[in-house]
Amino acid sequence: MAGKAWRSSVSRVVGALKKEAPQPRTFMRGIQTVTLIPGDGIGPEISTAVMEIFDAAKAPIQWEERNVTAIQGPGGKWMIPPDAKESMDRNKIGLKGPLKTPIAAGHPSMNLLLRKTFDLYANVRPCVSIEGYKTPYTDVDLVTIRENTEGEYSGIEHLIVDGVVQSIKLITEQASQRIAEYAFEYARNNQRASVTAVHKANIMRMSDGLFLRKCREAAEKHKDVKFTEMYLDTVCLNMVQDPTQFDVLVMPNLYGDILSDLCAGLIGGLGVTPSGNIGANGVAIFESVHGTAPDIAGKDMANPTALLLSAVMMLRHMGLHGHAKKIETACFDIIRDKKVLTKDLGGNSKCSEFTKAICQRVRDLD
Amino acid sequence: MAAHSAVLSMSKIINPFWGGRLGNTVKCCTLSSMQLITYEMLMLQPPPAKYGGRHTVTLIPGDGIGPELLNHVKEVFRFSCVPVDFEVVHVNSALESEDDINNAITAIRRNGVALKGNIETNHTMAPSVKSRNNLLRTSLDLYANVMHCQSLPGVQTRHKNIDIMIIRENTEGEYSSLEHESVSGVVECLKIITRNNSLRIADYAFRLAREKGRSRVTAVHKANIMKLGDGLFLQCCREVASGYPDITFDSMIVDNTTMQLVSKPQQFDVMVMPNLYGNVVSNVCAGLVGGPGLVPGANYGRDYAVFETATRNTGKSIAGRNIANPTAMLLAGCMMLDHLRLYDYASMIRNAILTTMNETRLHTADIGGQGTTSEVVQSIMRNIQSKGPLTTDL
Repeated sequence: MAGKAWRSSVSRVVGALKKEAPQPRTFMRGIQTVTLIPGDGIGPEISTAVMEIFDAAKAPIQWEERNVTAIQGPGGKWMIPPDAKESMDRNKIGLKGPLKTPIAAGHPSMNLLLRKTFDLYANVRPCVSIEGYKTPYTDVDLVTIRENTEGEYSGIEHLIVDGVVQSIKLITEQASQRIAEYAFEYARNNQRASVTAVHKANIMRMSDGLFLRKCREAAEKHKDVKFTEMYLDTVCLNMVQDPTQFDVLVMPNLYGDILSDLCAGLIGGLGVTPSGNIGANGVAIFESVHGTAPDIAGKDMANPTALLLSAVMMLRHMGLHGHAKKIETACFDIIRDKKVLTKDLGGNSKCSEFTKAICQRVRDLD
Repeated sequence: MAAHSAVLSMSKIINPFWGGRLGNTVKCCTLSSMQLITYEMLMLQPPPAKYGGRHTVTLIPGDGIGPELLNHVKEVFRFSCVPVDFEVVHVNSALESEDDINNAITAIRRNGVALKGNIETNHTMAPSVKSRNNLLRTSLDLYANVMHCQSLPGVQTRHKNIDIMIIRENTEGEYSSLEHESVSGVVECLKIITRNNSLRIADYAFRLAREKGRSRVTAVHKANIMKLGDGLFLQCCREVASGYPDITFDSMIVDNTTMQLVSKPQQFDVMVMPNLYGNVVSNVCAGLVGGPGLVPGANYGRDYAVFETATRNTGKSIAGRNIANPTAMLLAGCMMLDHLRLYDYASMIRNAILTTMNETRLHTADIGGQGTTSEVVQSIMRNIQSKGPLTTDL
């Protein structure tokens, strides 16, 4: 009798201890659920391709498909559908295909809406040269981290007098601190040696000066990562001459937009560049940054590489490095072999053939 | 002319705060736009050579490699017997007072033409100490920054056959230096775009394109995000384009532009853009043709012209070591001679520079060679002596 009471109390205590470390509801039998937003245009095709490849790699991922079309909530404010929001909040990780922004639809762009809803403050774009896809630049291996919420894209503009327009660039201490901290955390977690802050503090003394100060403060806290600062024009100049000298770059919104696209151009364009958006509360949405390509939608001609590499980035973010390496190696091998390539990569195979080749290679690598 | 200046002074009295800005818009309202454009269309006349046929040019050495490169320019000019005297004005960037730069500006107003090195901006000083270079450009209203990027056959680059002219608005946009901290921790920086300046720069671009026989002008912008600001710029470019039916006009968003520049730069001909994008694009193009040591730049205003290297670097890390590339500064000097209508001297020196670059292939370290600055300059002077009519002793 006493033994039973003893055992039940022990089990209660152990149960309470177990509750101390709550498992996320998604972590059932080691499988993580990820919200998948296929998108428009070629979005559905490439999402299917990615799901097939993940299946072949036996990655412990379960997909939850959601659609994001802007709906008007109470009070006339545009928002994403509540089931999509609920799914993302629960799963915390998302993979998104290209979304079209209809002109004059009355609602802001979907990407902007997602950014605001989940407070996606950091846009991370690793740019690595792809062996087998020749560009004039080889050995590129850098990461651009761009502040995604404020800066020149605050959208605050006024017409002062007829013929004089003023745009406001907003830099806040909080956002600059957040992005600087994230940049150093990223460098540490991914074994990158140095972080370079890109700015124009000689002209925009107070705004970029504040950004730079916050970066310097974050650098003090992360002494194991080397910190340098460089003017935007010097970075552009050196980037096109010798991109190997850069490692991790952190910068405000506009410079980030220009530089991340510049770096994407160095490795071959938006069709092969992965991208991730990190938000507050642990939310992360990985996406392909190319357009919806309506002219080739539905014709099985799309190139799923960008979405696939973004999904690989997602696996790394979740800590599934083994699967990430396997899928990435398979993808690069197929591109290097040059036997089965989609049209934009220089071949004339279909998307499904390309996908099958990668799936086969993934199975072979096991 | 008198009415115009009266209007400006009236506007300054009415609204001293807005001063120049409102003056521009008032100008827009009282004179019709067509009158304004024809008024601006008077070609920038070089100052006359008042002193026995010799020109006086203001020389601002600046910081870093500026002083040594400008010394080389003086050397080459003296060697080639160029009828130009330099009035040297030093600007100390470590001081907080603006007396030095004001002296320089007065000297340029007096002489009309200047050749300058880059003046360092120490951004650890208080934000009220503005960039001296920017101050110079806005005070003299040097509204057009022109840069011509051409692939040189003697220089190894990843891309070949590049020939792009970049015209960048030089006085407003993001470089308006209007910033304030309304709440602690929140800084606002104002980017100003005016119709007047946008029309002016677009007109300059199209006139230059026509003059040089170019067929296409591309406007670079970000009007999908900054709808009012860059939207106004784009609209002004389109308006001016309608007056030049022989020249094709198109536009491109700045991030796409940089992507295209690193993959297919040969597609661009003439590009016109606001200030910040101009900074990015001109540096990318300079990098594509071989680096900051090769490309000269010019800043043109209505009454003044200032010549310098296109990428405006101080080059502190290579100062005093005799390894800087003198090509950009020397070519800027040649552009200045062209502006002063001393075409023969300009082409003589330019040919010597290009011969050294392309045939003798004496390169400095930044383009992969081992020559020192003095060796390159000596080679240029030897070239001038062998071809030119009249030189002093080497």
